[in-house]
Order: sequence, then structure tokens, then C-alpha cells
Amino acid sequence: MKRFSGFNLIGEAFRSHQGWPEHWPDKAPKASYDAIIVGAGGHGLGAAYYLAKKYGITNVAVIEKGWLGGGNTGRNTTIIRSNYLYDESAHLYDHAVKLWDGLSQELNYNIMYSKRGVLMLAHNVHDVQSFKRHIHANRLNGVDNEWLTPEECKAYCPPLDISPRTRHPVLGGALQRRGGTARHDSVAWGYARAASALGVDIIQNCAVTGIRRGADGAIEGVETERGFIASRRVGVSAAGSTSLVMKMAGLDFPLESYPLQALVSEPVKPIFPCVVMSNTVHAYMSQSDKGELVIGAGTDQYTSYSQRGAFHIVEHTLAAICEIFPIFTRMRMLRTWGGIVDVTPDRSPILGKTPVKGLYVNCGWGTGGFKATPGAGDLLAYTMAHDEPHKINAPYNLDRFRNGRLIDEAAAAAVAH
Amino acid sequence: MLLIHCPYCEEARPEVEFAYGGEAHIARPVDPSTYSDEQWEEFLYIRSNPRGRHHERWRHSHGCGRFFNAVRDTVTDVFETTYKAGEARK
Repeated sequence: MKRFSGFNLIGEAFRSHQGWPEHWPDKAPKASYDAIIVGAGGHGLGAAYYLAKKYGITNVAVIEKGWLGGGNTGRNTTIIRSNYLYDESAHLYDHAVKLWDGLSQELNYNIMYSKRGVLMLAHNVHDVQSFKRHIHANRLNGVDNEWLTPEECKAYCPPLDISPRTRHPVLGGALQRRGGTARHDSVAWGYARAASALGVDIIQNCAVTGIRRGADGAIEGVETERGFIASRRVGVSAAGSTSLVMKMAGLDFPLESYPLQALVSEPVKPIFPCVVMSNTVHAYMSQSDKGELVIGAGTDQYTSYSQRGAFHIVEHTLAAICEIFPIFTRMRMLRTWGGIVDVTPDRSPILGKTPVKGLYVNCGWGTGGFKATPGAGDLLAYTMAHDEPHKINAPYNLDRFRNGRLIDEAAAAAVAH
Repeated sequence: MLLIHCPYCEEARPEVEFAYGGEAHIARPVDPSTYSDEQWEEFLYIRSNPRGRHHERWRHSHGCGRFFNAVRDTVTDVFETTYKAGEARK
């Protein structure tokens, strides 16, 4: 790996930038590894990087069915925040936000983490009470979140209309200043490049077709399109396809896969300085550095692996955007796309061990996994290295669906999150 | 948007008239008080989530209001068939 630095940049300028090597070499799979990660999205690549960097396991392969970062890592709306109500959630998501800070320097790759703030609008008395409760709960957990009056909201985000005449008046807002956005592709590329430099093999276009278990039930390795690869530790980080991979190991999971859509407008000059969410009207938006308005839609009602959603879902979302931001009623949308999200019954992830020895899982992030990328990677790596979950991800076990100790973010957020 | 054939109305209608009801043919416990934690987990939370043929429930909420079952391919979203509640799994 050739480091990105001012010195190297100037040096390369004298030879037409011909001396930059590829970010990561394309590797053929070896016969065996100390650890295998299934799924080369941000979470899986992050796990490989932290295994090599923090936990001393460098003989690692990341196996990917398609191309690196081509799943939900490249399809989300890049929002980062940690203002969750429950203690377990606040600890989990804030672990990630702490890692986002300084990640560009650590990876020597600009992931463009922008702490532009996430502002959640309150439109009615219930919103005000609920957000203030969130703020107090967050502050007790050391997560920054503060209440803004309507005037302060307007000062923070000038395009807002705070006049009382609007259909959904702004009665205030909850602002997490550390929240914001990052460049999603860069996150995958940065982790891949840094992990590769530490000796991790990244193997793309190589679907896992089976999971081999020994006589004692423990993991022996994975069958792939390019042959059997042996490993005593396999971590699955396959998002919408997790149910399918787990079935190969003989496990049925409490997951359902739904299409989730997002869309961007044509690029315009900077107008929208932060991330604004309105849970009541069910819309959220930010503006990318390229200038596009980035808008997240909802999931379809039915399960699917089609990676495309229904048009009326997009229409519904744009109707909500136009309700809150009438200035954008004449914006033209440029692209829409869908990804397949794996949703758990309580809308919280599953991150930890499975009943199969040597098989670990990171799944169930549903509609909000991007923000957790560094944290999920780190915790999956920790769990694989120690064969025990870290105390942050210990509550996110599979057993909770049996013992009833759910982390019910579905009720806490009241919307997809 | 999907076009869904309601087996009661005997007509294909747009998806917005229907509400999805989750995986089909999951039997309710006959004697709930005897159910173990494992059985409750299986009944409440575990889903087959297949890639391909999926048996699922739909309700024609803005039509006849009745529940029925369907077989849909979860990759193409094409409906193979729909049939009335109570009929055998297809």
C-alpha cells in the first residue's frame, strides 16, 4: 500500500500519477484461513480490518458473492447518528460514532465523515415530549443531543419553514451535532485497502454455496464457487442474504428481507446544510457533497430479494418531502434504487455467537446499518477473536427471541430507523 | 406496484388495495399454556424468508376485506397463484 500524503501527491504529480498501485490486489482463495468473513460490505470489511489490526488475526479472507461494497453499503443514505433511546442501543451506536471520528486518518483514506448534525423535527406535543425524553436518556448515556427552539432550528437549517401556518408546524427539534454523513463507497474502499495491506485476502465474485460442519457440529469451512475453503471461524455479515447463508449451516433465523429504496435529485448548489428528519411526516433528507438531495424512502410491505421496490413507496416519500420542504416541489429526481434489508422482530441487530461452534453472525441491521459500520465491524471482530461477545454487543444475542429480552427499537423509534 | 388476484373477488387489483400479512401456514398454538419458550420463539419469530417460492398471507383490506394465501417468487415478485384461506398449501 502506498500511503496517501502531501509528499507522495507532489511526487506523483511529476510522473502523471502513474505510480499509484491498485488499492487492493485481487486474490485467489487459499486452502485455509484463520478466519473467514462472508460478505464484503462495510461491516464485513471492517470486521476483517479490526481482526488484523486490533486482534492480531491477519490470515483472514473476505468472501463476496458480487462486488465489494455493492450491496447495502453502496445503496444507503449515509446517515450517521447515535441518538437512540435504549441504553443498549445508545452504547452500540455511539461506539460506532466514536470510531467514525478519526477513521479517515486511521485508514489513510478520506471517508468524508461530515459532522453536519442530525436534526429531528417535532411537529406536535407528543413529538416534543418524546424527543425531550430521548435527549435526557441520551445525555445520561453520554451521547450528545440537545433541544432547539423553532428559531434555533431555523438558524441551524435556514431552508426550514417555521411559520405556524404550515400543515406540519415545527415546534422544535432534537439536534445531535456529532451526527452527519460519510461517503459510503469510501468506507468500503478504505477498509478494504487498509485490511488488504495488513494481509487480508479479499475474494470477490465468489458466492458461498455451503457451510461445512464436522462430526461435532463445529464449523470446518465454507464451500464456494471456487472450491472449499477451510476455517474454524466464520463470521457472516451478509445483510439481506443472511437467512440463506444461515440455512446452509442448518439454522433458521428470526429475519425477514425487505426491499428498501432511496433516491437522489439532480445536483444543485449547496442549500441544505444538515440532515433533517421528520418521523411524524416520515421523511428525511440531506444534501451530498456532489449536490444531490439524498432521500430515503420506506420498505415495501412484502418480503423480497428483488433489489427494487414499488413506485408508490417513492411517491409517498416525495409527498412527505414536499409537505415539509415546499421549496423542493419542483426538484427533479435523478435516480432511485433499492437494497434488501434484513429486519428482525424488534428492529435491533443480531451480533454475536450462534448455536454452531465457530459460526458468528452480524445481521438484522434492517433499515439503519450504515451508521454502525465501524462499530459492527469492530464488535464482530472482537467476538470472533475471543469467542465471546464484547459487553456492548452481548445484549444483541439470538437468545433474546427465546427469553423475551428484546431491545424494542421498533417501538422506541416509531418508524424505520 | 404489484397486481394481485383476489380469489374471493376473482379479480386482479393493484397492490395498494391489499395489506401484506406475513408468512402463511404458521399454525397458532392449539394449547398455548403448554408451549415451551422454544416453541414460542418458533411460532412468533422464526421465518423461512426464502429466496424463491414464498407462501404468504394477504388481506384485500380495501376490497372484500378477506384474508387469502398466495405463492410468490421473492426474486421476480411474480405471483404463481392465490388461493382462499383454509385451502391446502400449494
